[in-house]
Amino acid sequence: MLHTIALIVENKAGVLVRIAGLFSRRGFNIDSLTVGATDNPDYSRMTITVEGDEVILEQVTKQLNKLVNVIRVSEMDPNESVDRELAIIKVAAKKEDRSEIMQIVSVFRAKIIDVSPRSLIIEVTGTNDKIEAMVRLLRQFGIKEMARTGRVSMVRGTKAVVP
Amino acid sequence: MGKMTGAQAILECLKLEGVEIIFGLPGGVLLPLYDAIYDSDIRHILVRHEQAAAHAADGYARATGRVGVCLATSGPGATNLVTGIATAYMDSVPLVAMTGQVPTNLIGKDAFQEADITGITMPVTKHSYLVKDAKDIPRVFREAFYIARTGRPGPVLIDLPRDVTVNELDFHYPEIKLPGYNPNLKVHSLQIKKAAAALMEAERPVIYVGGGVKYSDGHRELLKLAERIKAPVTTTLMGIGCFPEDHPLSLGMLGMHGTKYANYAIQESDIILAVGARFDDRVTGKVASFAPQARIIHVDVDPAEIGKNVRVDIPVVGDAKSALSELAKAVGEKAWSPWNEKVAAWKGEYPLCYATEGESIKPQCVLETLSRLCPDAVIVTEVGQNQMWAAQFFTHRDPRHFISSGGLGTMGYGFPAAIGAKMGCPDKEVFDIAGDGSFQMNIQELATAVVNEVAVKVIVLNNGVLGMVRQWQDLFYEKRFSSTTLHRIPDFVKVAEAYGALGLRAEKPSQLEAVLVEAIESEVMTVVDIIISPDEKVSPMVPAGASLSEILELEAAGPSYEAQRSYAGSSGSEILEMEG
Ligand SMILES: Cc1ncc(C[n+]2csc(CCOP(=O)(O)OP(=O)(O)O)c2C)c(N)n1
Ligand SMILES: [Mg+2]
Repeated sequence: MLHTIALIVENKAGVLVRIAGLFSRRGFNIDSLTVGATDNPDYSRMTITVEGDEVILEQVTKQLNKLVNVIRVSEMDPNESVDRELAIIKVAAKKEDRSEIMQIVSVFRAKIIDVSPRSLIIEVTGTNDKIEAMVRLLRQFGIKEMARTGRVSMVRGTKAVVP
Repeated sequence: MGKMTGAQAILECLKLEGVEIIFGLPGGVLLPLYDAIYDSDIRHILVRHEQAAAHAADGYARATGRVGVCLATSGPGATNLVTGIATAYMDSVPLVAMTGQVPTNLIGKDAFQEADITGITMPVTKHSYLVKDAKDIPRVFREAFYIARTGRPGPVLIDLPRDVTVNELDFHYPEIKLPGYNPNLKVHSLQIKKAAAALMEAERPVIYVGGGVKYSDGHRELLKLAERIKAPVTTTLMGIGCFPEDHPLSLGMLGMHGTKYANYAIQESDIILAVGARFDDRVTGKVASFAPQARIIHVDVDPAEIGKNVRVDIPVVGDAKSALSELAKAVGEKAWSPWNEKVAAWKGEYPLCYATEGESIKPQCVLETLSRLCPDAVIVTEVGQNQMWAAQFFTHRDPRHFISSGGLGTMGYGFPAAIGAKMGCPDKEVFDIAGDGSFQMNIQELATAVVNEVAVKVIVLNNGVLGMVRQWQDLFYEKRFSSTTLHRIPDFVKVAEAYGALGLRAEKPSQLEAVLVEAIESEVMTVVDIIISPDEKVSPMVPAGASLSEILELEAAGPSYEAQRSYAGSSGSEILEMEG
């Protein structure tokens, strides 16, 4: 099963290495990892998705908590949180395919952010499922390149994962 | 406190942390720091190899309970520390390792003697720092010592670029602010209640004790609890000494080379109280068949240990000493039970044993004799058969009196660690129980010991072979002794003398006691070369990956051979009888 963990970490050199090192040393599989600023410049926020059962998830959480630079570790409950991912996809676009591609883009409320004679770059935001669905549909035209941010996640309501 | 250089600030920090001794060896980038050491009251012990500096600091820490400190120069000096740091990490030993580093402006340029030591040691340190600004020195040192000794102790590395030790700073020792580090010491009273109730309900309890009890100083509380509920107590290699082995409730060590009765008791128990232990594979044998009938209470200061290797029924996160003390209060007094009788019968039937006839000195007898002659000694060990005999045949009574590389199993650990232990406890007799292979891995430290007048006694159980590996070849590889014969062992007596130490030798059983007495009475660094047979085995033995019930008895020629019987326990346990 895929789990989402949100981390608040100190914004210091080497923190990312410590976390990545921990995953490789303990044999945990990172599915995606994102890092970015928080409202407080002393801290960064990471979202990590890991594959594994409950036992593995518990170990991951506990081992992460042991790192001195890790301030908070929160497992995100899929029912209590929202998550998003952004992808930009360069898709081959022959003249005869363009209108169909545009249709898909509008159904998915995605955006075209670059147009050139033989290809388009599409930006799409959403849950992992939505992006996967869109990718599946675009495959028939030929995906030339894709870049995805990995998942970010936040708890619904007033609860918050903050330092 | 005014302006000072980084080097002076480092020494000021060490003083504030109560450091009295550091082990190290200088080099180019450390010149400014060593220049400051020249004027300092802190004692610096110059080792002959940096690995020994780390092990000596580790031995000092294990013997005294204080943080050990070592120092090495950049590049090769730093990498030479790695084995010592990893050894300390695996056994949760509080250590601060300082390394020199190339100047900050050269970092990343593959400068002369540059090594990314924080990167290299990341998986084997509790935390590490690369200090980039002299003004950070006080904060970093304060945090490093705090992290090393609190919670689950461990090594912390501080990498010190040369310019940082030269630049000036305003010294101010700051308060500790570590929002991401909150060792959880206070035990949860509800969990204690649950654990106490489970212990009272159970009929066949066993207390399984690891190094955590030693580090938290919880041996008195352990004794009290065990006596109240009449629970037999077994220890890991790290836990040796936390419970007196001459106590009727003692089961000695468990696991691969544990006593039969400890392993039987574990396998038949209906509850296990694990305290400060981590269910290592050398202890559990095959996990799936470990203690099949038992509920497990696990007390540990490190929450990540709970549930890591075995499923746990009642987790108790917190300091071992407080947990034991709370538990002792929460339980009622229990009476001597049929379970106690059963365990006592096993102890009578399957004692640790060895053959006494024959021409050669028996290694087990060396330890028993030493135990009788010098019962309060601090026993440090190397790794291999020597280590296991030291664990088995010396009667351990006091915590911090048995010092051994358990988790990493580092050959060459014992001698430098013994030097560190002796420097920390100058009034105690300190022995390094050594193998001829292991001793040769850090034999150069004879110079360190002699120069600093450290009267460690090295007892070499000289079998001419890498005995423990050979034992496995003997048992599982058809006696194909690939690369385990050392062929030419140096004359250890002459080696000792060459370094200015005392060298003694015993070749026949009749010489043993006199030589040991001479060693005990010696007031100088002493090496005792004891010639034993290469065919001696460590017994009993649970083969790697087998269940704890599958015990090989390898001392088959022993006097108690007759007493060995097929064991048909209620759990269907079996012993494989082996020909000797
Ligand atoms: C640094 C290191 N290298 C290799 C080993 C593997 N090893 C474990 S025990 C052993 C033999 C040790 O020989 P010796 O010190 O003579 O002890 P003995 O078993 O003969 O008592 C070896 C090679 C180890 N534990 N540590
Ligand atoms: Mg040997």
